[in-house]
Parts: sequence; C-alpha cells; structure tokens
Amino acid sequence: MTRVVVIGAGPAGLAAAASASQAGADVVVLDEGERVGGQFWRHHPAFTDPRLQHQLTRFSALQEALEDVRVVTSASVWRVEPGTPLRVHALVGPVDAARRRGETLEADAVVLAPGAHDRVLPVPGWTLPGVTSAGAVQALAKRDGVALGTRTVVAGAGPFLLPVAQSVALLGGEVVEVVEAASAGTIMRGWGRRPWQMIAAAGKAGELGSYLATLARHRTPYRLGSAVTRIHGGSSVEAVTVQHIDRDWRPIPGTERIVECDSVALGHGFTPRLEAAIQFGCEITGARNGGDRFVRVDSQQLTSIPGVHAAGEITGIGGADAALAEGEIAGLAAAGVPAADLRYRAPLTARRRMRAFTERLATHSIRPGWTAWLDDDTIVCRCEAATRGAIAEYADASSRGMRLATRAGLGPCQGRTCGRSVEDIIGAASGFDRRPVLSSVRIGELAAHRIPPTTGEESKQ
Amino acid sequence: MSIRISFDGEALEGRDGQSIGGVLLANGRRTWRTAAGAERGIFCGIGICQDCVVTVNGVEGVRACQRTACEGDVVEREVRA
Ligand SMILES: Cc1cc2nc3c(=O)[nH]c(=O)nc-3n(C[C@H](O)[C@H](O)[C@H](O)COP(=O)(O)OP(=O)(O)OC[C@H]3O[C@@H](n4cnc5c(N)ncnc54)[C@H](O)[C@@H]3O)c2cc1C
Ligand code: FES
Repeated sequence: MTRVVVIGAGPAGLAAAASASQAGADVVVLDEGERVGGQFWRHHPAFTDPRLQHQLTRFSALQEALEDVRVVTSASVWRVEPGTPLRVHALVGPVDAARRRGETLEADAVVLAPGAHDRVLPVPGWTLPGVTSAGAVQALAKRDGVALGTRTVVAGAGPFLLPVAQSVALLGGEVVEVVEAASAGTIMRGWGRRPWQMIAAAGKAGELGSYLATLARHRTPYRLGSAVTRIHGGSSVEAVTVQHIDRDWRPIPGTERIVECDSVALGHGFTPRLEAAIQFGCEITGARNGGDRFVRVDSQQLTSIPGVHAAGEITGIGGADAALAEGEIAGLAAAGVPAADLRYRAPLTARRRMRAFTERLATHSIRPGWTAWLDDDTIVCRCEAATRGAIAEYADASSRGMRLATRAGLGPCQGRTCGRSVEDIIGAASGFDRRPVLSSVRIGELAAHRIPPTTGEESKQ
Repeated sequence: MSIRISFDGEALEGRDGQSIGGVLLANGRRTWRTAAGAERGIFCGIGICQDCVVTVNGVEGVRACQRTACEGDVVEREVRA
C-alpha cells in the first residue's frame, strides 16, 4: 500500500489526506497545532461566534473522511529528507514543552501543506502593545473568543482586511477605519475587469458582499490608497497617522491625519512557509503574486522532487477554497491515481475557478515605495530590535555578513517575521527561508532524539 | 467551563479551551514580556513571531498564543534584554 505523509492539517492538508485515504493509501497527517483545521477552521465549539465559522459542513465531511487516517496533532515537523523512502521527522507533545517525543516517518509520497502566515510591513511604532497582525485578530476571535481592544484600525492591503474588520465588530469592538493601500483606480482595474470571472468564484463574491455590508452597517470608513505610516503611544497604542500613498506606496507629504485608537491590526498579505519544500530541494518559483516566491508544482501538484507534492498557500496565495481543491488533487496524485482518472475532474474545475480570484489578489501586491515610511531607527527585526538604519548600512554586504553584523533574522523567529522586509530594504533576495530546523523546537530535544539510520525500503520502525 | 491559572502570582479565570494568551487578554493583560527594553505580548497569534513567550510551570519560552491553558498553570512573565 502506498504510504503517504501529509504535513499540515489546514484545508489543503485535510483535503489531501481525505482523498489519498479514499484512494486506498495508508495516510498519516501531522500538524503542530493541537487541533486540525489550520488557519481557516480554528473555531472553538463552545465559544466562537457562529458567524465567524465558515464552511463547517465541509470541515465535518473532511473529518469523517479521515476515519482510516492516523492524525497526529501537536506534532512539529522539524526536518524532512528526500530519497527512497522520503523521511519526515517530528517532535510530538504539548507546544514548547520540555520533553516531547521524537518520531520519524517513512513515506512513498509526501504532501506539503504548511500554509502561510501574515506578511506585516514594519511601521514606526509597530512594536507597541496593541499592534498585532491581521491574522492574529482572526485567531484570537475564533480560537479564544477575545478581541484585543475597543477602538481598532485595520490596515494593510487585500480583501483579508474585511473579515478581520467584521470579526472586530462581531466581538463588540469598534473598527475606526479600514485602511487599504491599493487605490480606488487600482482596485477598479484589478477587480473590475472581466467581473464574470469573479462571479464564477461565487462563494467568494458572496463572502465579500457580507463583509462590505457589515462595514456599511457600522458606518466604518474604508480608506483606499492610504497607509498607516506611524503608530503613536507611550506604553501602548494611542493613535495612528493615516496618510495617502502614491502608486508605489510612497507616503504623500501633507496628507497626514491622526486617528485615535487603542489597537491596530496590520496585514499586507501572506507569505508562504517554504522551509520544508526548500529542505526537500523543491524548485521555488520567482515572484508570482505579491512579489513572493512559491513552490513550483505541475498540474497534479507534484513538485520538482519525485514523490513530493505541495498544496495550498505554499504554491500561491488563494484562500481556503483554492487550498481545498489543490489538496484534493495532491492527495489523489500522492496515492498514485493516474492523471486521466475522473476523480480529478471536480477539484480541477474548482482550482481553475479559484485561479481567477487568486490572480485578482495581485491588485494588492506590496509596492517597493513602502520603505519610505520607515525612519532610520524603526525596528524591522522585532526579535533582535535591528533597525532599518543598521540593516541599510549593510545593504552591500553578503546576506550572512549583514545578518551577523545587525543580528536581523537571527532571533527566536529566525526571520519569519522580518525576512521579506529586510529583503525589500536591502534590495536583494537574501534567502531567509532556508532554515536548518523547520519549526520552533528545543535544542535539547533534538539532541535527545535519535534518528534511525536510512536503510531503504525494508526498514520498519 | 472555567479554569484558573496564576500569572505572576495573581489568579486569573479563563474558559476551558482558551490559549494562555487568550486568558491573559480576556483579563485585560496586553503584555506579559519585556524585550529590548519594551513591552510585548501577542503579535502574530499563530506561533510564528515568538513575541508572546512566557514561563509555564517553570519551563521557559512557551508561546502563550499556542499553548492551551490548563487548570492550575503557573505562568510567569519573561524579561530579555
Ligand atoms: C493567522 C491567519 C488567519 C487566517 N484567517 C482566515 C480567515 O479567518 N478566513 C479566511 O478565509 N482565511 C483566513 N486565512 C487565510 C487561510 O490561512 C488560508 O486561506 C487557508 O487556511 C490556507 O490553507 P492551507 O491548508 O494552505 O494552510 P493552513 O490553513 O495555514 O494550514 C497549514 C497547517 O500546517 C501546519 N504546519 C505548518 N508548518 C508545520 C510544521 N513544520 N510541522 C507541523 N505542522 C505544520 C500549521 O499548523 C497549519 O495547521 C488566515 C491566515 C492566517 C495566516
Ligand atoms: S503571538 Fe506570535 S508566536 Fe505567539
């Protein structure tokens, strides 16, 4: 029987596990979270506002389809190895606990579905308490049933700002403004052209409509072509400066407005979690949308490495529906279902339909002028408090030299938060995604974890 | 169902299933760590940024946004220069 290991139990990973299992494979799913569902399905049955829970029927159906699948949660995959068989190493146990158990899995095929995380552009004052990523608002609302503040400014770029604003409102908070970097003209050009393609992605259009209706009901201003260019406060957030920006996102002098608030949610899109794909040796494409890099896959979600498939946000940012379709295709392919099989038809159609939506997201791509809203002493790397000035000073040094001199990217998050921004500041791709250890684990645990030697097909653990 | 944890010696009530960060926020705490001379708490909410770490039952460096709070957890603030 084909052994398939799926890394990540978000929409893409769950769909992959379900379809691989239904196609007869022996499937194991690993996720570092305590529950399955990924970033999309993180509701708590007892206290999440039901209006924040989308597509729960689909979620239940997927969970039922996992009957024959071994699901391992609280499992951090920290290393993967190409070869025959492919190998996946994980540490299992409560997050950041002192003694977690090591486990090594061998597989004929692996589906990578680790998703993405918020990309947040630094801005002076963004380390003040009360500033979070936009995704954090969703995570706190769904997982914990809590809101961060009472007067929130939601700022950044892209349609994701809208559900974030809705969550704040549903939890009883006031959204003072939604600040979107793309201008009205850019949005009309990006989303208005061939609108039927958008309507074809009907679910999405409906969802957007409901968010806009919530904004209208609460009379929340939606400011376009603008950015939060400074966050003010002593011990926590007290106000922000909202400013018009030009096409390249450079702040336009003289357009500053001060807006009082106690929280700021910032989100400028998402950045894929490429580490595992890079460690396997998968080919990574150049900028596709949002100026980011993604894992290259073929029509069956196969990467450039035999047996390694990728699905969901690591192949391109496209939302949960795209992730579900890609996951289903990846799962079938990983289980060895031939390309001509009819089971591919529905997910292939869904994937094609979602691409129309995905392409529109480029409307909100980060533009290079954003670095003009930084001061020299603005912290860019939050872990090590490395400033824009210090990083810019080493723009001509090697990536390694810059990091050693400034410590940017060398703190506990290993450049996950600042990497892309540092690259923008020094104008280079400095390879922040290459991490020898894929997830946050304790060094002592790695020392204690004995990796079985690679012995080929017949090895059993 | 509610649970109780202690934060720097003070008893805080939370809902069973909330993360430690969720319990702290629900009790009006926005920050629980000092880093580079300033206060930090939740930033990414999903275990990426490491800004939210606390000491839990004597173990340092536990991400408050990722760990579910358990009855009786002893949580302490962390300070890093
Ligand atoms: C914070 C946040 C909140 C979001 N909220 C919403 C929302 O409310 N509505 C919406 O429509 N979209 C939301 N999105 C977008 C949403 O994430 C995607 O559209 C969708 O979830 C993508 O599915 P996926 O399966 O590709 O990835 P994900 O859902 O991100 O799933 C990836 C999974 O992989 C796991 N993983 C990653 N690395 C490892 C590893 N090394 N070891 C083990 N497990 C690992 C993660 O724990 C995660 O569960 C949010 C995104 C983020 C980052
Ligand atoms: S808030 Fe980022 S790791 Fe917890």
